[in-house]
Amino acid sequence: MSSTPLRSLALTLPIAAALLLGSCSSSSNVEAADRANAGRKHAPDFSLKDANGTTVKLSDYKGKVVLLDFWATWCGPCKIEIPWFMEFEKTYKDRKFAVLGVSMDDDGWSVVKPYVEKNRINYRILLGNENIGSLYGGVDSLPTTFLIDRAGRIASTHVGLSTSKAGFENEIKQLLDGR
Amino acid sequence: MRSSNCSTGARAVARIHLLGALLLILPGFTRTALAQGNDVLSIAPVAKVSAERGKVISQKLDLDVRSGFHVNSNTPEDEFLIPLKLTWNKGPLEPAEVIYPKPTRETYSFSEKPLSVFTGKFSIVTRFRVSPQAGDMGVMTGRLRYQACNNKECLPPKTLNVQFSVDVR
Repeated sequence: MSSTPLRSLALTLPIAAALLLGSCSSSSNVEAADRANAGRKHAPDFSLKDANGTTVKLSDYKGKVVLLDFWATWCGPCKIEIPWFMEFEKTYKDRKFAVLGVSMDDDGWSVVKPYVEKNRINYRILLGNENIGSLYGGVDSLPTTFLIDRAGRIASTHVGLSTSKAGFENEIKQLLDGR
Repeated sequence: MRSSNCSTGARAVARIHLLGALLLILPGFTRTALAQGNDVLSIAPVAKVSAERGKVISQKLDLDVRSGFHVNSNTPEDEFLIPLKLTWNKGPLEPAEVIYPKPTRETYSFSEKPLSVFTGKFSIVTRFRVSPQAGDMGVMTGRLRYQACNNKECLPPKTLNVQFSVDVR
């Protein structure tokens, strides 16, 4: 367990997590931090494998609006958001929008692939590791979702199950419209 | 002078004992302390047991889940959920049966169906066989794995160390 990505993230960067995500303690259920255009920070680039073994970098998506979702197969609240994200992918992919799901499962593809197949997830799933969570300030609870603008900057952060699909979608539309 | 030397020696021995005790305790304590930020399940100190060779004894583990959270039960009814599981390492007692309480079925905002969970205070009982060849004393160690969520978010799976002393008669 000590080598698991999530544990390591939770233990190594709690302060950074608090700074970046606001209060991401267990008592904070949902944290959506919209940032004004000028105040947005660069989303750290990463390099992860997808289910086919292809290396995927965030920088590959420059010029697109990206919804970056940290999730796990054992995460109940993630199950609610995943169908929303599938719909967003379907609706907005032609407007330079993409969803990337980063699984934080310790057991890797052996559990993630069956889950993806069972739920017919239509967007790209990547397998997370210790580094990516650290890069994103220490992801210590799931789901945690970042909306990244076309310039590769973090526009908003959602910790925990979001209050509404419509709210998420409005944010995406604003980013697609260049706001 | 002699008295003073004895006193100094006794203090030195006491310090060594204290240091030894700290060294023994620290690894487990440190692990627990580091995890406290996210730990929503706590285990009450486990009492020392006296066991008679050839008999079966029970040991209870009292647990408490932080208000607002739940942990999956030992039978979560979903292939992807992580069950609560207590396992014991090899020691002076031989685990015969781990008895979990009856789980509750709760519905959360993220679940269409009720989930099989434990909340609040609950206990797990383990029945141990005491081998006729068991030594006079020892320590049983084990691990409790769990995964917790509240209505909005889930925390990563955790493993807590469990231990208690055994006096064999």
